[in-house]
Amino acid sequence: MSSESLRLFKKSVDGAYRSFSAKYGDAIEAVFDPVLYFLVWFEKLLHNSPWPLVILALLGLVYLGSRSIYLTIGSLFAFLFIGYFGMWDDTMSTVSIIGVCTALTIGFGIPVGILMSGSDRARAMITPILDIMQTMPSFVYLIPVVMLLGIGKIPGLLAVIIYAIPPVIRLTDLGIREVNKEVLEAADAFGANRMQKLFRVQLPLALPTIFAGINQTIMMALAMVVIASMIGVKGLGQPVLKAITNQYFTMGLLNGLAIVALAIIFDRVSQSYGKRMQQHRAGANE
Amino acid sequence: MSEVKIKIENLYKIFGPRAKEYTNKVKSGIDKDELLAKYNHVLGLDNINLDIKEQSIQVVMGLSGSGKSTLIRHINRLIEPTEGTVLVDGEDITKLNKADLLEFRRNKTGMVFQRFALFPHHNILDNVQFGLSIKNLDKSESKDKAMYWIEKVGLTGFENKFPNQLSGGMQQRVGLARALAIDPDILLMDEAFSALDPLIRTDMQDQLLDLQKNLKKTIIFITHDLDEALKLGDRIAILNGGKLVQDGNAEEILLNPADEYVSNFVKDVNRIKVLKIGSIMNIDGNMNESNPSVMVDESIENCLPTMLESESGLNVLDNDKNFVGVISKNNIAEILRRSKD
Ligand SMILES: Nc1ncnc2c1ncn2[C@@H]1O[C@H](COP(=O)(O)OP(=O)(O)O)[C@@H](O)[C@H]1O
Ligand SMILES: [Mg+2]
Repeated sequence: MSSESLRLFKKSVDGAYRSFSAKYGDAIEAVFDPVLYFLVWFEKLLHNSPWPLVILALLGLVYLGSRSIYLTIGSLFAFLFIGYFGMWDDTMSTVSIIGVCTALTIGFGIPVGILMSGSDRARAMITPILDIMQTMPSFVYLIPVVMLLGIGKIPGLLAVIIYAIPPVIRLTDLGIREVNKEVLEAADAFGANRMQKLFRVQLPLALPTIFAGINQTIMMALAMVVIASMIGVKGLGQPVLKAITNQYFTMGLLNGLAIVALAIIFDRVSQSYGKRMQQHRAGANE
Repeated sequence: MSEVKIKIENLYKIFGPRAKEYTNKVKSGIDKDELLAKYNHVLGLDNINLDIKEQSIQVVMGLSGSGKSTLIRHINRLIEPTEGTVLVDGEDITKLNKADLLEFRRNKTGMVFQRFALFPHHNILDNVQFGLSIKNLDKSESKDKAMYWIEKVGLTGFENKFPNQLSGGMQQRVGLARALAIDPDILLMDEAFSALDPLIRTDMQDQLLDLQKNLKKTIIFITHDLDEALKLGDRIAILNGGKLVQDGNAEEILLNPADEYVSNFVKDVNRIKVLKIGSIMNIDGNMNESNPSVMVDESIENCLPTMLESESGLNVLDNDKNFVGVISKNNIAEILRRSKD
């Protein structure tokens, strides 16, 4: 392609997209309004509630998920450390966006995974899309998102979701496909219909695998926090970004450590929760 | 006892994407190996015709890959036939629509699997209740039924255990209870006891026969073990390469094997233990008052001592003590000689 026609090509595609976003940008933004409201509400709740209460609630969740006293005490120290070094508000912003993000990826990813597991054609179509989502540099798909929706929470949320959702989808598909064929045949033999098979046999048996996917998704969402902060998502990513541009090493390190602490807590809680779901299954599935 | 419960007619099953096209080839005589070699399709069942009587135990036997599992799965249509019909109570189940097929499976057939296929995430109670919950039966009613069957198979106290906490024999009892809980007319058992240790296996066979005395289900029982077949089967059907080569009772199979495949199957059987006096007696003979008597349904083995003591033979009596025939030393000698070759 000559450089002239290449320039023309880029210009016309960009132009078309720009007029598309001028026309439909508002409408598309409106679709995300409920999510935005919820995100803002959740973030405010975490910010405005007295911090001891928030810590108590978080520790309660940690204990319920992990049933581990050590992890709960460890988390307590992590939160106190975060508060002591003045990172509480940013941490709560990050927790809220990760929380909303996880809820959305689960709500969206599991049905897609189910769809994929039920049809080889759907799987053949969706797999390459997931590959692209995971390998395309985030900045590239951030451009159209920002062109369409501007800078702010929703584009950031979308970027995180696009990057983090593939594991839930893949592992839901895998988990369902891995369900023992004989057990599934037994369900058929007793006259179970599709929904009964899905909800009584396939999903329950796939749950540990699905949970491994959710765990990965949370980790990947956390990894995106810094990049998301570039397009205006509040949280621990912003001070890290500031630290990079201004060469504030200590500030970068402290906020980085806070992200690591969150990651470890999320990871351990979701992993031990997943493990507990498997308790009665070891050895019974062969 | 004599009504036909399940009638299988001209049943063909070919595995592969162009199965329908190849049925004619199979009808014109191509066998399993040739179909695979030339057309890359697997012949599962080749023109099966079989009547299964109500309340009887029909055993299906054959080597691995002969089509036993394929055949039993046509009775609840877990496998769709390529051609042919399966009539249950006179109704062609190959024509049922989706919803009716589910209803049929929920009410008419219970299935027991070789490797148990219990639900690992459910406890024993919920496993046994599974079929009932699929029917959306009232909770307490369903629990009562499940508890009844758990007790019947001797697992009271294990309701809250999970399958992997039970031994193989116990797991298969759960499998049996799960199938019986929906109170089906037809029990489909695909090598149900094959995975169990010999002692447990004998136990389960006895338990099944014991239950069947009162239950009077129509049972299709698959096995590759002849002793099991002879012990359980009212009739024994033998499959070879998807073809039904013989269907008969134990005596017919042992005394008149249809071909070499069947004779090979039965060659190691201890005939005098399995065969009954009635199957080798001479009905033309006359009662001889001075000879001892034996019962018609006694095994030959059990009569040997009496026979050896007698001068000229035995009188055979039926269960009402009526004379039905005689048996001579020659009759028995002939059987013994035949089992040798
Ligand atoms: N889904 C299938 N696709 C292709 N071939 C099959 C399938 N199921 C069974 N078969 C073939 O059909 C034949 C009969 O199998 P099966 O009924 O399982 O035998 P058995 O239970 O007597 O061991 C075998 O040759 C087997 O490989
Ligand atoms: Mg089999």
